[in-house]
Amino acid sequence: MIAPWDGSPGAPLPEKEGHVSRGRLERVLRSGKFAVTAELAPPDSALAEDVYERARVFDGWVDGMNATDGSGAHCHMSSVAMCALLTNVGYSPVLQISCRDKNRIAIQGDVLGAAAMGVSNVLCLSGDGVQVGDHPEAKPVFDLDSMSLLEMIRIMRDESRFLSGRKITSPPQLFLGAAENPGAPPVDFRPYRLAKKIAAGAQFIQTQYVYDVEQLREFMARSRDLGLLEQCFILPGVGPLASARTALWIRNNVPGVFIPDAVIKRLEGAEDPKREGRRLCVELIQQIREIEGVSGVHIMAYRQEEFVAEIVEQSGVLEGRVPWYPGCEKKSEPAVGSA
Amino acid sequence: MYKVRQWSVSNARRLEWLYRTFEPMLVWLHPLFNGVGYGRMEKPVRVVEKAVKSFMFDCQMCGKCALSSTGMSCPMNCPKSIRNGPCGGVRENGMCEVKPEMRCVWVEAWRGSQQMRDDQAIHQVQIPVDNLLKGSSSWLRVVREHVDARDGASS
Repeated sequence: MIAPWDGSPGAPLPEKEGHVSRGRLERVLRSGKFAVTAELAPPDSALAEDVYERARVFDGWVDGMNATDGSGAHCHMSSVAMCALLTNVGYSPVLQISCRDKNRIAIQGDVLGAAAMGVSNVLCLSGDGVQVGDHPEAKPVFDLDSMSLLEMIRIMRDESRFLSGRKITSPPQLFLGAAENPGAPPVDFRPYRLAKKIAAGAQFIQTQYVYDVEQLREFMARSRDLGLLEQCFILPGVGPLASARTALWIRNNVPGVFIPDAVIKRLEGAEDPKREGRRLCVELIQQIREIEGVSGVHIMAYRQEEFVAEIVEQSGVLEGRVPWYPGCEKKSEPAVGSA
Repeated sequence: MYKVRQWSVSNARRLEWLYRTFEPMLVWLHPLFNGVGYGRMEKPVRVVEKAVKSFMFDCQMCGKCALSSTGMSCPMNCPKSIRNGPCGGVRENGMCEVKPEMRCVWVEAWRGSQQMRDDQAIHQVQIPVDNLLKGSSSWLRVVREHVDARDGASS
């Protein structure tokens, strides 16, 4: 049996009717509030404090933070371990699972272990190829793909069994997420692929970086026509660009991220490109928020994590709401001024 | 062969028709397969199947052929073996993120599937590959499944 809620920050919240998880992210989304999640860069160290330090910069500004799983096929602290540290003090991480490094036996074990440690959200990914990482000579596993990974965890949760059929005595209570990239070819197929992910078990979607709002609008409109928007929460991905050079580098070297010329020109012409990049990000969030069916945003501020608070504040999307963070109850006033 | 593989996708509809004609013929041969024994038939059928499908689709003999659901573009040629693609890393020009010189097999799958009579098959979630089936004949498996379903229905 899962331990009842004992009021401590690390314990899962009490069960709630109609909810699959006992986490905060699902509560915020189901209550109709605009949610903010952020990507947490894993440290290249064995120090727990390094994880906490990175998490603290988001305090009071995000409803969940994604612990990446060897993103870009680079070696870092594992996402399961990061999530264990984070849930220990009450944070609400999103455990990212990639299919690149583990087979179905390892992943199912991780899922049970993570849920036992209080993880409530999982993002199912296929993962980057090993070729783009720092160990291109490694063996790519890819026993599953993002879709069959989703289905497998859904089966574990809803049918209390492993993929093999063997029984799970206490199933993991997980809110299931997946990624989508509205801008990647074949663009026509993307909304259908979203439908497939929902059929496989996806309840929330965090997308790849969006810099072309028009393209996202098109994707959302087509998803709405397919009746998908009532079936899952969509959090488009955004992030500040540090300079025109960075933007060009990303465009040329990170497959799947499409940055329009207008964005690069704007950064080129800016006096302070870094600040301009943040301003652009704020504007993107505000435009994205207006699109029908958008439930929140996912901010991936790679190497600019300390600016996430500023970006969220300036965007005004939280409307004064202060997401829970460890220690917030002790403060008589909100830790940070509301936007 | 890459060029032949692309030709197969371009001719997905014709190949779909061909396979639909070919499958009943295989099923018709069931008494022969059964007489000789499926175990003994495995090797010769596998050799033929591998030769044909390797030439046409760069088949990897996963043992669970998905070509009819993937526009005649073999998903096992995806460097990430994604059976439910395409991933989010497809380049703007439709090329693979891992192998920039190759067209994404799922961009091809979508192209092929749009020509096929059964253009809905691509929307079904494919279960993970059964690694025990790797290297075995998918054709013989299809025949046995077909016969089992038929016998099951009539009994």
